[in-house]
Amino acid sequence: MKPSYPLRRTCQEATALMVAREDRDLPWAERLALRLHLAVCQACPRFERQMLTMRNAMRQWRHYSDHDGDER
Amino acid sequence: MTALSLDDFQQQLLAQRSYLLRYARLQLRNDAWAEDAVSETLLAALDRPQAFGQRAQLKTWLVAILKHKIVDALRQRRREVVWADGSPDGEADPMADMPFAADGHYSQAPAEWGNPEQDLRSRQFMAILEACTEKLPPVQGRLFLMREWLELSSDEICQELSLTPSNLYVQLHRARLRLRECLELNWFAGGAAA
Repeated sequence: MKPSYPLRRTCQEATALMVAREDRDLPWAERLALRLHLAVCQACPRFERQMLTMRNAMRQWRHYSDHDGDER
Repeated sequence: MTALSLDDFQQQLLAQRSYLLRYARLQLRNDAWAEDAVSETLLAALDRPQAFGQRAQLKTWLVAILKHKIVDALRQRRREVVWADGSPDGEADPMADMPFAADGHYSQAPAEWGNPEQDLRSRQFMAILEACTEKLPPVQGRLFLMREWLELSSDEICQELSLTPSNLYVQLHRARLRLRECLELNWFAGGAAA
């Protein structure tokens, strides 16, 4: 089932939402639209995984900076 | 203090100076401010060696103090902290460089990155990540690290710096996309991940 027009997002719009949600809560309509886009798109879930990798990497870097960042 | 004499303690503190300076510079993007924040941190530590007494990690304790001093410095200099870089580079939207077709769909799908932060070369990856963070334009770099290193919420950042949310979000959006692009160029596309 294709999402109806108000909930349709392009990859570019979906990508912008995935970046934005790192720093703010998205409105419910945008969350829903993004979820629907990710379900039918092959490319955007890859961008989503890249964002997740960045989030995990920053968390690890933060931990590393607090404890042993100079022991290279 | 446990087994350390005060002189040993002082020496151990001073030995951490360059380490602290590295993170202060990364966050503040200004050598003079960074020097001040680190000096303040070391003075605060020297003033209360008993506060370290029960803690296992000197470095962890010092970084925690440094973070407080840095938040103070950012708040005091908030006008300069968010001053636009003025360079065209700082104004550009990195989204424009991504492979989107005219209809808004990807003309080339984003790459599979895997989990480089978990594998054996994670240290090298961390070094690239830090270098990419360092390469962000100053305002973007400061705001990004306030989120990611100081772990402030977007609301807290807006409050500390008297910044509007939309202004903050634009800068963070650019910083995140720029960082993504830098990682892709320097780690994922460079063969380091192969």
